[in-house]
Amino acid sequence: MTAKTSTKTKAKTKPILGKEEYLRMYTQMARIRNFEDNANQLYLAGKMQGLTHMYSGEEAVAVGICEALKDSDRITSTHRGHGHCVAKGANYKEMFCELLGKKEGYCRGKGGSMHIADQSHGNLGANAIVGGSMGMATGSALRSKLLGKDDVTVCFFGDGATAQGLLYEVMNMAALWDLPVIYACENNGYSEYTKTEEIAAGSITARAEAFGIEAFQIDGQDVLAVNELATELVARCRNNEGPFFIELLTYRYHGHHVGDINREYYRSKQEEADWKNNRDPIIRFRGWLVEQGYATEEEIESMNNEIKEDAKKAVAYAEAAAYPDISEVDMHVYAETDPATLRVGG
Amino acid sequence: MREITLSQAVNEALAEEMRRDPTTFILGEDVAEAGTPFKVLSGLVEEFGTERVIDTPISEPGFLGIAVGAAMTGARPIVDLMFGDFLYLVMDQLCNQAAKQQYMSGGKLSVPMVVRTNLGATRRSGAQHSQSLHALVAHIPGLKVAMPSSAYEAKGLMKTAIRDNNPVVIFEDKLMYQEKAPVPEEEYLIPFGEANIKRQGTDITLIGTSSMVQVAEAAAKILEAEGISAEVVDPRTIVPLDEETLLKSVRKTSRAIVIDEGHQSYGITGEIASRLNEKAFYYLDAPVLRMGAMDVPVPFSPVLEDLTVPTPEGVAENARRLCAGEMIHAA
Repeated sequence: MTAKTSTKTKAKTKPILGKEEYLRMYTQMARIRNFEDNANQLYLAGKMQGLTHMYSGEEAVAVGICEALKDSDRITSTHRGHGHCVAKGANYKEMFCELLGKKEGYCRGKGGSMHIADQSHGNLGANAIVGGSMGMATGSALRSKLLGKDDVTVCFFGDGATAQGLLYEVMNMAALWDLPVIYACENNGYSEYTKTEEIAAGSITARAEAFGIEAFQIDGQDVLAVNELATELVARCRNNEGPFFIELLTYRYHGHHVGDINREYYRSKQEEADWKNNRDPIIRFRGWLVEQGYATEEEIESMNNEIKEDAKKAVAYAEAAAYPDISEVDMHVYAETDPATLRVGG
Repeated sequence: MREITLSQAVNEALAEEMRRDPTTFILGEDVAEAGTPFKVLSGLVEEFGTERVIDTPISEPGFLGIAVGAAMTGARPIVDLMFGDFLYLVMDQLCNQAAKQQYMSGGKLSVPMVVRTNLGATRRSGAQHSQSLHALVAHIPGLKVAMPSSAYEAKGLMKTAIRDNNPVVIFEDKLMYQEKAPVPEEEYLIPFGEANIKRQGTDITLIGTSSMVQVAEAAAKILEAEGISAEVVDPRTIVPLDEETLLKSVRKTSRAIVIDEGHQSYGITGEIASRLNEKAFYYLDAPVLRMGAMDVPVPFSPVLEDLTVPTPEGVAENARRLCAGEMIHAA
């Protein structure tokens, strides 16, 4: 096959977007931030158990990419997966129920924060093994190609996951077989509690380019730029030009997980303040919407209030919702197989 | 009835199921033109093309993970894992990913996938190409595990595995690929969780898996000459396990030896023996005996390797002593 290498920062074609799409992007980003604020509170208040990882700060990545996808397109997500889930179309109610282990959750309470999946919108699930879903995403793309479908799969993973060997195995096969998959590396600068520069030698995009995969590095705090690039690459995937690799430069506002509070030993408060105050994807996009006349400050405040109210209602609903019946503990270990298909001629 | 080799039986099962279901495909190292080093897949690429018989790089976790994703989204991949020993390479994708999707998603995602691999020592292949690792995967909820003991079982179990909506690991005995057995021309499937009584007997039950079914049968012949009547039972799948048939046999004979080629410690023999002790205790005249492979890495030297796996003579000797009322311990 011919090599398709070059690190580009700008897409060639612009998506045709209007007010409706822009406001939806804003809403989706604000919904992620609100979801995380509430999830964090639930954890701090002792109402939510276990481990959870906040996506706050990275909203433009999930929204910019997922707004370029259809429901029939698939994504695989990560342990920091609430943002991908919301961006791919999930509802607050089923998400909060899942975080609290309730029966009405997307996974009937069996998955929790780190395994939330929303099959109805093509989200194949968060994954608690760093880099664990890279095979699945590539396999989803292989299935699309083998069965003659035109759906595209996006594999979200962090900079930390670039240290997993699986990535290089599956990128090799995706490139050999021209699969419709986009590897989206959310580089938030930290691999858990360690600076990325201490765990990643050389260039991340160059690793994809070594396989002949066209790779891009982009500002992950700019939702329009992300969406423009994603739209172009999704279209090219549908046109059998995949795979692609995008490194999105972003930042997580919280610690590695909710319990990671005192983190000055690995990053300064000044650095955090700089990203929050000067590069926040929601504030930036809000300013642009007002400047371009797509919304007034009042309209945006009204949207924000509506989202807050939605989240409040969903949290209250989830807190009051029922846990699964204890009889469910050994349900869903194995999928049912229709006995008729196991017969001769079946 | 015609006789075909285990290798041909597997090949036929794959071809039939691939004709039946266009979403099935084979993925693995040297599966296409090479037809695998054991030549089990010879001819399939000619019929189904390289789109459905896909040669991969030597990247076991990668292609197994790819199969998981394809299975989750509507295809039915059949993964060829060239040696059972390579299971260690794919443990995360198989046990953390494939096995748990159905449960973690509350029943919404399923992984209808087959992993074809093998087991069996005494092929002089050394410690990393001779292991029988089915206990590793049988331990993981969410995986099914089939262990065909002849060409007949290999075909019928493979067809069921491909149609099952769960990840199934099927272990073929690599020493049996060229062994022939009667296999009907007409289509048949062998259901999971149904043990097969290979030989009726009254004095002792010999439960054998895969390669050890033949060992049990050979032991039964030795014992027959001495007036001891051994029943031989083949569970055929260890997950799900047909506990009822095993219990029924042991309640009848009141003695049992469980024979399996995995390491004896923490293995299949211990699991089955324990279930028999728990559920048939009052019927037993002797402790249930385990006979697995020795707890050593498989050695290369033929004189050493042959010592590590159960033999018909060893099984017969233990059966003899159990029937004589001696208290003995497994090696």
